[in-house]
Amino acid sequence: MSANGKHRFAMYWAAACGGCDISVINLHEAILDLADHFDIVFWPAIMDAKYADVEAMPDGWIDLTLFSGGIRNTENAEVARLLRRKSATLVAFGSCANEGCIPGLANLTTTTDLLDTVYEGPTMDNPDHVRPASSTMVPEGELHLPAMNRLLQTLDQVVEVDYRVPGCPPETERIAEVLGLLGAALDGKATLPVHGSVLGAGQSTVCDECRRDRGIKRIAQFGRLHELPPLDPSLCLLEQSVPCNGPATRSGCGAKCPLAGASCIGCYGPADGVVDFGARLLSAFASVVDASEPDEIDRILDGLPDPVGQFYRFSLAGSLLRGSREVRTGATSATASAPATATARTLATAGAGR
Amino acid sequence: MTDDVVAQAIPAAPAEAAIPPFEPVVLAFTCNWCSYRAADLAGTARTKYPPNVRLVRLMCSGRLDPTFVLKAFASGADGVLMTGCWPADCHYRVQNVKALRRFELLHRVLEQLGIEPERFQRFYASAAEGSQLAAAFTRMIEDVRPLGPLGWGRVPAVAPEDLPTGEAEGGAAEPAALEAVGA
Repeated sequence: MSANGKHRFAMYWAAACGGCDISVINLHEAILDLADHFDIVFWPAIMDAKYADVEAMPDGWIDLTLFSGGIRNTENAEVARLLRRKSATLVAFGSCANEGCIPGLANLTTTTDLLDTVYEGPTMDNPDHVRPASSTMVPEGELHLPAMNRLLQTLDQVVEVDYRVPGCPPETERIAEVLGLLGAALDGKATLPVHGSVLGAGQSTVCDECRRDRGIKRIAQFGRLHELPPLDPSLCLLEQSVPCNGPATRSGCGAKCPLAGASCIGCYGPADGVVDFGARLLSAFASVVDASEPDEIDRILDGLPDPVGQFYRFSLAGSLLRGSREVRTGATSATASAPATATARTLATAGAGR
Repeated sequence: MTDDVVAQAIPAAPAEAAIPPFEPVVLAFTCNWCSYRAADLAGTARTKYPPNVRLVRLMCSGRLDPTFVLKAFASGADGVLMTGCWPADCHYRVQNVKALRRFELLHRVLEQLGIEPERFQRFYASAAEGSQLAAAFTRMIEDVRPLGPLGWGRVPAVAPEDLPTGEAEGGAAEPAALEAVGA
């Protein structure tokens, strides 16, 4: 606690878009309550600060740190370790810090391919094939930049996390609740939640918050909104062939997207008890496919052209497999994917229908 | 005994060729009512199948949560075989059909993640089909062997050259390699 009786607050962004910071600032007038309770000691999004300032702080000096973003490079990892050491309470804030979020989808692509796309893409003019390097010689000496890791990691894969706040970004009203709760707990007026728990969200799924009517699900096709006939505004989107991620996604957002006619994309991460978001969701989708024969099942599943993108849009880096084989293990498939697919289908069918 | 005699008695280090060849580890999920009994029958009948297969008994192939398959691969299994009752034979009416649908969709996810299709297969076996199940185990092992180790459970999440020093401190541990399976 500072001399003025306030608690010390820090917020940091690693591999993130900055939306989590904006969502906190979006508290509007309520941000004055934040300033009433907390002294902001480090928050790069809104005020100037140097890592050296943080390094100079005693260990555990910061009472509460909200950490948004995944761990993409050596700088992210270094600051994560630094803030872990300096913070009494470290919160994984937002989808990136918890599951990797959209930047985590880069775990499907090698760093070489990522850099090629960014530095040699159709809109780039790069005749010298310049790439970022962790070390560069200039007349004045050697310059260093953080090196990019092969795999994007979530915060809890690098340091211990005390609490989690999900969402991309977390809803502002829920942030106010979390800051209110943690502020009161630090004041001794409330008990701290159980270590490791999820704050600012429910335990159940988005479907539980969604007011659309649900019946028995039998899905004869999956389609995108523009490919489907006009939707019934009162009926479950999944029952109307829209791949909606509500069944596996944690409640807490108020089911804003499905209630507005857009499918849930899963930004609040896995519901309580779900180990692997994608596995739970694909299980839910596949179970209600209205077909019993492999060919017919395949035809319906063709309506999901990008299964990993559908099931792991926000959670790939935090999933059991964490990324593609090439990125995860540095190995490529022993067989080319297209012919292998044909072989596998034959094998599987041969095994089943002998 | 002279020094030379003793020196000659010390065996040379095994040559590279002496390293045992790759033996795949395949996790086979079985159904209590059919394929587990089939595996039991194979044992009673002394039908031979490779020791590379590790069985996990479930109450139904419909109990096979895709999470289990991902967990198996993440823990070091080289292949996963889903076995269950023939269509219309399910003890729980249609759960084996639901398992089939999940199998097809999970297959697509695994392929997109670069896991060869041969590493995840399925097979129907009634309680009377012990020899057929043993043959399916053998086929699966021979399908996976040429692919080599999947290696998911044995490598760090970040390339060693990318790791700053002190990575181990406070970091959450990688899922432990499935030693019981890999041994």
